[in-house]
This record gives sequence, C-alpha cells and structure tokens, in this order.
Amino acid sequence: MPLVEIFGLGIFDSITSQRGYAVVIESFPYFLGGAGYTIALTFLSLSMGMVLGLFLGLGKLSANRILYFLSTAFIDFFRGTPLFVQIFLLYFGVLPLFYDNDPISSAIIALGLNSAAYIGEIVRAGIQAVDPGQQEAARSLGMNQRQAMTYVILPQAFKIVIPPMINEFIALLKDSSLVSAITVPELMHRGDLVFANTYQATWIFASIAVIYFVITKTISTIGDKVERRLATD
Amino acid sequence: MIKVIDLYKSFEQLHVLKGVNFQVAPREVVCVIGPSGSGKSTLLRCINKLEEANSGHIYIDGKELTNPKTDINLIRQQVGMVFQLFNLFPHKSTLENITLAPIKIKELSKASADKLALELLGKVGLTDKAHVYPNKLSGGQKQRVAIARALAMQPKVMLFDEPTSSLDPEMVGEVLAVMKDLAIEGMTMVVVTHEMGFAREVGHRVVFMDDGVIVEEGTPQEIFDNPKNPRTKAFLSKVL
Repeated sequence: MPLVEIFGLGIFDSITSQRGYAVVIESFPYFLGGAGYTIALTFLSLSMGMVLGLFLGLGKLSANRILYFLSTAFIDFFRGTPLFVQIFLLYFGVLPLFYDNDPISSAIIALGLNSAAYIGEIVRAGIQAVDPGQQEAARSLGMNQRQAMTYVILPQAFKIVIPPMINEFIALLKDSSLVSAITVPELMHRGDLVFANTYQATWIFASIAVIYFVITKTISTIGDKVERRLATD
Repeated sequence: MIKVIDLYKSFEQLHVLKGVNFQVAPREVVCVIGPSGSGKSTLLRCINKLEEANSGHIYIDGKELTNPKTDINLIRQQVGMVFQLFNLFPHKSTLENITLAPIKIKELSKASADKLALELLGKVGLTDKAHVYPNKLSGGQKQRVAIARALAMQPKVMLFDEPTSSLDPEMVGEVLAVMKDLAIEGMTMVVVTHEMGFAREVGHRVVFMDDGVIVEEGTPQEIFDNPKNPRTKAFLSKVL
C-alpha cells in the first residue's frame, strides 16, 4: 500500500467520512453520559484528595518526625510513580485484599490518593507562602499553634492555593481518562468502545477531546472568577 | 514585672545576646536603644518567646517563661507585642483584627468583643475605620490598629519592636502619640526604638545595648546628656 494512502488520503478520507459523522451524532448522548461519570469521578476523588492532602501538607510541616516521615513517604510514592501503574496496582493488587472491589470505587481511590499527594504539596507551599509575621502576631496574642493555624494561617493560605488547586482539578479531570483501562464507563472508555466497533478514530476521539476541553475550560473560567472575587488585597 | 537573668541567645555561629540582665518595674516605660544588630529586637522577642533563649532565665509577673512547663500561651496573653511590620491579619477587617483573639481565646461574646474593640479604636483615633480592611489603611493607621489589637487582650506589659521604623516620616508622630498616651495611663512598656526624642520624653529609663550586652542604662537625662561609656557616646554622637 503506498504511504500516501496511509498517511495522506487515509486521514483525508476519515475526516470527510459521512460514516464518522453519523457515528458521532449517534453516540453523542452515550459520550455525554460518560462525561457525567468523568465529572463525578473527578469531584469525588478531588474531595478525597483535598481532605487527605490537607493532612499531608500539615504533616510535611509538622515537627513530629513520624508524621513528617509518613507524609513525605506517601507524597514521594504517589508523585514518583506513574498514575497508570498506581491504578493497576490498586485495582488488581492492593484493594482486592481489603474488599470486593469494583472498577468505579477503585478508580476513585486511585485518583484520590494520587491527587492527595499533589494537593499535599500545594497545601504545604500555600502555608509556607503566608508571611511568617502572621504566625508571630497570632502567637504573640496568646493563640496556640492550632488556633493560629485555623484562624490566621489557613484562611490566608486558602487564597494562595486557589490557582494551583484549579490546575490540579484540571489535571485530575484529564488523568481520569486513564481509568478507562479498568473498564470504568467514563468518557474515554466509551470513546474506546465506540471506536472498537466502528474504527472512526478521528471523529470519535476528536469529539471526545472537544468534550474534555469544554469541561476543563468551564472549570478554569469559574476558577478565574472565584480568584477575582476573593482578591481583597 | 519583667526580669531577665543572664540571657544568652545565638543563631548558629552568631552570638546575639551575651549575658543580658534586665528588669522592668510595673508601670515603667523602658526604651531600648542601640545600633542595628546589637540584639535589642532579639531581647524583646525572647521576652515573649518568639525566640527561644539558649540559656538564662526570664520571669514575667513572677512566672518563669524559660521553664518548659510554663504555659507560654497564658503568658503571651498578658504580654502585648507590636511589630515593626504591623502584621495585621489581611483577611480580617480592622474590627475583626482586634476581636479575633478575645473571642477565640478569652471566649468573649462577639457583642462585648465588638464593644471593647470600638473603645480601643476610639483610643487610637480610628473609630471610622472599624469595617475597613488593612490594605486600605496607611502605615500609621495600621500600626495604631496593631496597638489596639494587642491591647484587646488587656495585657500587663506591652512590647514594641521598632514600631515606627517602617513608617513614612509624617506618620511617626501619630503612632508615638498613641504610645505616649499609653505610657501616661500607666502601662508597663518596653520600647525598642530609634526615636531618641520619644525615648527622652516618654521613657522612664533608657537602656543602651551594643554587641549583645547592655552597655549602659539610666534615666533619659543620664544617658542623653551625660553618657559615661565611650560606646554610648559614639552611638549618640551619630544619631543625635
């Protein structure tokens, strides 16, 4: 087969294919349902990541050596190994030891633990970015460490971490496509299934990409608004 | 009220305090002067344990601060601190800056904390700024709010760490005036300052520090008009 047919005309054919267009139109509600799964997965794992990440961030700043060590080890592992590997390790290896695990809950746990590691670093950096004079002022008034953290440091760190947190949100949403490999019926997985039946790669994956883009653009736009509203200084 | 005995403090290889002995009586206003790096700010920060002393003893109102068993938070509630860079809480309004600690620590009701805060704002002349955020205040106004915030815990002692050093010259006066009022009311104060006029006029006693030790102390007249130590003379000849 001449190369031009594979790379040149082949692409041309698939883009102009009436069949591809028809497949996408027909599958679109199915894709949107997958996008619903993608969004739900992202929200649930991000919530888990934020709660756990807050503790990891505080742990990395803790004077307690055990807490520091545990947080650092956790963050090192989940940042230092591929998310794809973590998904497989948890789904096929670790989680079956604890419960009769299904793809969706396994996906949430894998994505949640992974994002917790990144959010832990975001929280640590956010806390450290608050002027040390704030801590001194709070402590000099007689607040203990916990009160100073709760009433003075964290509210200020919160504002600082919004932009990196939006980044993490978007990254997590895109990375959630990896759990298609463990058959979670989210957007990418549904694209894959339709592709396997129709071979209309360009049309299918381009429309999947567009759906991902619309969601991430929406998140970043909302993020910008929140950031502007909270900017009091 | 404050008693410091043989205080040593070093940061790594840098010895900042080399055996400081220092006392403040109730209702006394002590001004600490001296060149940069002489250890005066470090001494002040040791007095409410923002810096941990390496050795020596510090007593506040009879309680030993340097004893690890002492509840430092309780002592700090009685020792107000005013910083060179104000350190107001930027996410809180002026009023909230003042009421935060009384509400959270002393468990004062919001209503009585607000009442107290408005009184204190009246005292520092900023009643109209109660609901403004710190970023809308001038440097002098910020420092006056910071003083009100410290007073809200009803401390027995106030520590001032170069309170006017980061202010524009035209704002120094308003802050010093508030401090002078406090002194007249009988507040016990330790003021680290470069404002020699204030030290002379308001201070009951002036302490000159250099190179980690107290070189000379006495009444403002003794220190400013008749310094005995050559280092005091050299310093004063540069700043007066």
